[in-house]
Amino acid sequence: MAAPLRWRVAAAGRRLATRSLDIYGGLVLVYLFLPIFVIILYSFNKPEGKFNFVWKSFSLDAWANPFKYEALVDAMKLSLKVASLSTAVATIFGTLIALALCRYVFKGSGLVNLLLVLPLTTPEIVLGSSLLSLFLNLNTATGFRTIVIAHIMFSVSYVALTVRARIRGFDWTLEEAAMDLGATPFRVVTKVTLPLIAPGIAAAGMLSFALSLDDFIITLFNSGSRVTYPLYVYGAQRAAFPPQINVLATAILAGSLLLLGGTVLWQERSARLAMIGPKA
Amino acid sequence: MAGIAAGGSRRSPFAPYLLVAPGVLWLLFFFVIPIATLGKTAVSAQGVPWYDGFARAYTSYGVHFFRSFRYALAATLAGLALGYPLAYVIAFRSGRLKNLLLGLVILPFFTTFLVRTFAWKTILNDSGPAVWLLVRLHILPEGGQLLNTTMGVVGGLTYNFLPFMILPIYVSLEKIDRRLTEAAQDLYSGPWASFRKVVLPLSMPGVFAGSLLTFIPATGDFINAELLGSPNQQMIGTVIQNQFLQVRDYPLAASLSFVLMAIITIGVLAYARVLGTEELA
Repeated sequence: MAAPLRWRVAAAGRRLATRSLDIYGGLVLVYLFLPIFVIILYSFNKPEGKFNFVWKSFSLDAWANPFKYEALVDAMKLSLKVASLSTAVATIFGTLIALALCRYVFKGSGLVNLLLVLPLTTPEIVLGSSLLSLFLNLNTATGFRTIVIAHIMFSVSYVALTVRARIRGFDWTLEEAAMDLGATPFRVVTKVTLPLIAPGIAAAGMLSFALSLDDFIITLFNSGSRVTYPLYVYGAQRAAFPPQINVLATAILAGSLLLLGGTVLWQERSARLAMIGPKA
Repeated sequence: MAGIAAGGSRRSPFAPYLLVAPGVLWLLFFFVIPIATLGKTAVSAQGVPWYDGFARAYTSYGVHFFRSFRYALAATLAGLALGYPLAYVIAFRSGRLKNLLLGLVILPFFTTFLVRTFAWKTILNDSGPAVWLLVRLHILPEGGQLLNTTMGVVGGLTYNFLPFMILPIYVSLEKIDRRLTEAAQDLYSGPWASFRKVVLPLSMPGVFAGSLLTFIPATGDFINAELLGSPNQQMIGTVIQNQFLQVRDYPLAASLSFVLMAIITIGVLAYARVLGTEELA
């Protein structure tokens, strides 16, 4: 009788251990979530004084006037402009690099890999300050142009690595087949290559857009007198922090969730379509 | 591989170089050359020995360097302690909830990092809920603080980079062949032993990548120290930013930045030699 009892105790202990592991993981998720919950909650606050810091009373004021602060709206517009422009350029540059790395065996590809990884392993403060040293040395005034240059710089690596990870192992003989069937190179690219790699490019573009919209440190060094959304928030945290900041943050969160949901559905559809093709 | 060779043979040998050219040139002009310029600026002071900037960086701000590395290390270890179990639960125990949980992990990325850090200020301030709770539980003494303490800053750093820790660990756990743990159990290994001898060693690439992705940005960060700390918690990032943008002592500022990069690059290259650059991506 002793042995089975010991087994039963051991099994119960194991169940307890895995159960507490699940609970621990759940608590970590709560930790990840806590500030987001606070951001959303405080968008409904009616703060006393300049800072949205202490809970006062429930109000829909900020949601009714989300664009009350002109400087905040201008900063948001500038950020969206920078993000669109830098994402467009970086997505093209990065995708081309990813295609070269996946499709060709060439001398120097190791060096290209290293060049892609190094910006990711360099602290942002070094990236920002070294770019500023360059602009100072060239006597270039910092402003809109230099912000976009900086954002393209750090986005190219992310795009190239994301697209490469997505298209590695694709069946490129489909292109051969299209060519054998008499398709022109242009038709091969538009009808075969692009549809195959589009989901990867979309994911990389979204990542690049999000990184640009959120970048603070590199932008701080190269913005001159221009104020992007994160720079506005940085200034606000010293002077006055209206709940409108929380409203816009909540709106961005909701917008990106919708976009993400849509992309996931679209990618699942493309993945099903890709399954139809012959496997090597 | 056959596809690559066949695809390549029909095109000119210059094709890959044409494809990488725009991006690589951009990185050369706006990443490599700026780093060189940074080095040049560091030794550009007139009328003093060339190493003057570096000497002042060490004597005046050595303490900030050590503090930054210490905080980043603490945040990395805390990130491992929090992130590994969650990555494990998502990879092995979440079943159909897997994609949802992964989505929740990256959700913080969709709100601006400055707004999130400000939210921590709301949670941790002296009249906020965290202090109230911890004082009632007698974990914190009456009048104790979370904001403006080392714990506040390290907590903020840990929070900000936690998803970067979780995702690579999750990826490496996900790759593990389940038959290996089954085999270990068939050979009478207990759950703990099969974790320690099979799962943990196979997840090390993820642990290394996650640690780097936490440690490197945490070292250079100054938002957490500025928002959640007092001047006693000031990190090297604040000093570099201040010297570059307010004081404008460019040789000193560039020396500080260059030293930070040099220390981290040496560490990363040593790591890349061990595991290969592919693992970082």
